[in-house]
Amino acid sequence: MKSLILSTAAKYLLPMLLLFSAYLLLRGHDMPGGGFTGGLVAAAGFSLHGFAFGMSDAKRLLPARPLRLVGAGLLLVLGSGVFAMMKGDPFLTGTWTTLTLPGPGEWKIGTPLLFDLGVFLVVIGATLAVLLGLGRED
Amino acid sequence: MLFALSAVFLMAMAAPWLGRLPSRMAGWVLSLVPLALTFFFLGKLGAVADGRTLTESWPWVPGLGVDLSFYLDGLSLMFTLLITGVGTLIFIYAGRYFHEAPAGRFFLWLSVFTGAMLGLVLAGNLITLFVFWELTSISSYFLIATDHKKESARKAALQALLVTGLGGQAFLAGSLLLGMAGGSLEIADLLTRGEAVRSHGLYLPALLLILAGAFTKSAQVPFHFWLPSAMEAPTPVSAFLHSVTMVKAGVYLLARLSPVLGGTEAWTVTVAAIGCVTMVAGAVMALFQSDMKRLLAYSTVNALGTMVFLLGIGTETAVKAAIVYVLVHSLYKGALFLVAGVVDHETGSRNVTSPRRLFRKMPIIASSAVLAGLSMAGLPPFFGYIGKELIYEGALKAPFAGFLLPTAAVTANLFLFATAALLVLRPFFGGTGETPPFHISPPEFFLGPAILGLSSLAVGIFPGLVDSTLIAGATKSVLAREIPVHLALWHGINTAFLLGILTFGAGVLLYAFRDSLERCLQGATRFAALGPARWYEWSLAVLNGTAVRQTRLLQHGRLNLYVLILFMTIAGLGLYTFFRGEGGWVLPNLLDARISEATVAGLILASAFLSIASPSRLAAVVAMGGVGYGVALIYVQFGAPDVAMTQFAVETVTVILFVLVIHRLPSYVRLSSRTSRMRDGIIALGTGGLMTLLVLAVLETGNESRLSGFFAEQAYPEGHGRNIVNVILVDFRALDTMGEITVLSLAGLGVYGLLKIRKRKEG
Amino acid sequence: MNVLLAIVTGGLFGAGVFMLLRRNPFRLIVGLALLANAINLLIFTAAGLTRARPPLIPTGAEIPPENMADPLPQALILTAIVISFGLLAFTIVLFSRTFETLKVNDFAEMKERDE
Repeated sequence: MKSLILSTAAKYLLPMLLLFSAYLLLRGHDMPGGGFTGGLVAAAGFSLHGFAFGMSDAKRLLPARPLRLVGAGLLLVLGSGVFAMMKGDPFLTGTWTTLTLPGPGEWKIGTPLLFDLGVFLVVIGATLAVLLGLGRED
Repeated sequence: MLFALSAVFLMAMAAPWLGRLPSRMAGWVLSLVPLALTFFFLGKLGAVADGRTLTESWPWVPGLGVDLSFYLDGLSLMFTLLITGVGTLIFIYAGRYFHEAPAGRFFLWLSVFTGAMLGLVLAGNLITLFVFWELTSISSYFLIATDHKKESARKAALQALLVTGLGGQAFLAGSLLLGMAGGSLEIADLLTRGEAVRSHGLYLPALLLILAGAFTKSAQVPFHFWLPSAMEAPTPVSAFLHSVTMVKAGVYLLARLSPVLGGTEAWTVTVAAIGCVTMVAGAVMALFQSDMKRLLAYSTVNALGTMVFLLGIGTETAVKAAIVYVLVHSLYKGALFLVAGVVDHETGSRNVTSPRRLFRKMPIIASSAVLAGLSMAGLPPFFGYIGKELIYEGALKAPFAGFLLPTAAVTANLFLFATAALLVLRPFFGGTGETPPFHISPPEFFLGPAILGLSSLAVGIFPGLVDSTLIAGATKSVLAREIPVHLALWHGINTAFLLGILTFGAGVLLYAFRDSLERCLQGATRFAALGPARWYEWSLAVLNGTAVRQTRLLQHGRLNLYVLILFMTIAGLGLYTFFRGEGGWVLPNLLDARISEATVAGLILASAFLSIASPSRLAAVVAMGGVGYGVALIYVQFGAPDVAMTQFAVETVTVILFVLVIHRLPSYVRLSSRTSRMRDGIIALGTGGLMTLLVLAVLETGNESRLSGFFAEQAYPEGHGRNIVNVILVDFRALDTMGEITVLSLAGLGVYGLLKIRKRKEG
Repeated sequence: MNVLLAIVTGGLFGAGVFMLLRRNPFRLIVGLALLANAINLLIFTAAGLTRARPPLIPTGAEIPPENMADPLPQALILTAIVISFGLLAFTIVLFSRTFETLKVNDFAEMKERDE
């Protein structure tokens, strides 16, 4: 089911959706957004690409197999929790620090952001494991 | 000590990889860990013998008084050294035993067991102890069923697991009661509060439950039957678990808690009586076995009974005897089990009654068997002789039951004597048949038996090697006071000595008449059918039968009936609560809705109706999406942008998903009858109406969540985020989110698995 | 508005339950999706509705504004949405696999085959 309109649109939509999902992830701590929404948007983008060019092509664009993404996400989440333990705090205590960068000035980073990144990866991975798995069958 | 335990569990993790080596190599490599630990703990001997206790503690669940704490005193140290020392020999031996088979999994469980057993004897908290206690049961399950293709092995493993597992539950309950009575779960605290515990109202139930745990683990009558069955295990396992370590866990527990629980009439009567019965029954049954390993198992039952019996008596002499006997028994029984394994391995038969002249075939093994057998028989100058003398003295000096206890002890020991004679004489020296060719067993095989057998002799001749250090330290822990311990072979002519001579004489006679006695007793074996093993079979059958019946009743497999029952129950209970209800509710103003909101509500309801009524699947999916987007619009209107965005995204992905699979799913055919649709409609309307009422009722009560306020105020100062919902998700309640994404991962994994099955089938 | 949403919640519940009682797997999946929405809406409504500002702290402020929606049920629902998606996806694949293997589209018949 190749459609010219779909494939043309998908070509431009995928990068935009990915950019948008990263934007949602990054601003999630202060504005509506976050790992869940961001992950779902990214997954929707990849499956749109899959509809246009075939699921195996979409899979090729992924940096890793979907289940690897899930594993990486879970490890990241676990790591962000263990980080606090190494400092002697209970598991998953948020730890923050402020970086001063030349461009944006003060930039606060902390383990909750890593945690959200982990959620983001798990959501992308699990969703795509389903969608690409089903789509590839055809 | 945590370091020592971690070392063993790390070894367990490494075992599957090492298992790829030839298992002989793996055995040698793995044995280095217990060997190193033996030296590590030997280094503590000096400090502990000086009367110090070493403790370590990490908070685990501080709110419940559960800490990961360790407690090393004389008693724990003696058991620790047995575990690591004998463990070293077992690993070496097992490597050879599994010469050809891949043994990675076996070594994994053997290492896990070693760690669990170490944890058990080092634990300083009752809950910590319980966790390791259960871990020994679980790892023993896998070890007994090493040959998992054999049904009898699986059955024996399950039996051991169920019996010791049930005992474990009793032990947990007893520990909790003990913790309530003593005000702490820390063993160090409890040991100082014996008086208070014994006068507490919960003392008796706590005692009985803990005894149930100890008796099942240490195979006391009537729970002894699992131990002979467990002989299905490979011999290294039997030697390690079923003679030296795990079965002694119950004895260890009794000894450990004896300053807290012991000394009362209830303790003395129960523990001494059960121990006494077990001691005699085990010895008698051992003599009439023809399988070498079952014989050893029953004689282990006898030994465990002896230890329990002595701990029950609880006098200074008796406790000293019990501690000495732990060591005596470990040395000779470990050796004999390993010997039995070699005999089985190299001749393919474990029969002890038929004469075989194996001495020529395996001289070193046979010599070790002789050394260990002499110790088992209780002959001087072996360590077993010292042990037996002490048992007699303990029984003679017991402050109750008069001549009954010495009689029982002598009976048990003369049977033990005859058993030892049977075990050593017939297979190795008996008969006049063909002499097998001379052959030296590989070093892995004779190392263990020889070291253990020689130790029995050495410690017998030089009891000073252990008495003022190991034995005195352990005795002090059990009695909670220091007593001088000087072991010697010769005590002058006293009653115990005379009883020893009596045992020897009667034992020789008993051995001579063993076979005729066996023929006489043939009829009695019919009674064995009424024994506790049969009760176990019976209760297992009843349990399984009940499970099958209730499953057939409740799990009938008709999905819509499940749903029906579920929702009818919810509706019924809900309506009952309403009509019983405390006061009605005021209907809020219906007209308080904006037009936009009412439109969305109408859209949702219409889509929902369409999705259930539509005859086309595609229309149903589209309508279902409509419901989802409508709900998302509600979230938008009532201040939940995060939820709304997620809902939009999920709804989109869901529709994509449906599009991908729609052609794979069955098309609509009208299946149910008009009546059933009517019935379901009524149930659906009832449930829906109930939910509406529920929402209204909840709104009427009003609810001020204190948590929400806290989260809202702390989001920025503590969580450094302005989006409170996100801060809750990734910071305040991050553990919940972690659980949630784990579920999502599992769903993904499940789908992957399902699709993979199909591919394999097609390809 | 509360009443209206209570009715919507009840309606979705009714529709979901009705679909769960069907014998066709596809209808059951639709029922699951409806029920998931119904439950989320139940939590959302029962926690108290306000046509309020979203739970965001304005730039420059340290504490949230007055008259703000309750963030806690929102966090609960947000995870619930994603979980129910996982459940739905798994169920869909499970049923499509079952259908491919058994070629049966009726739970009652599946049950008979099983016996």
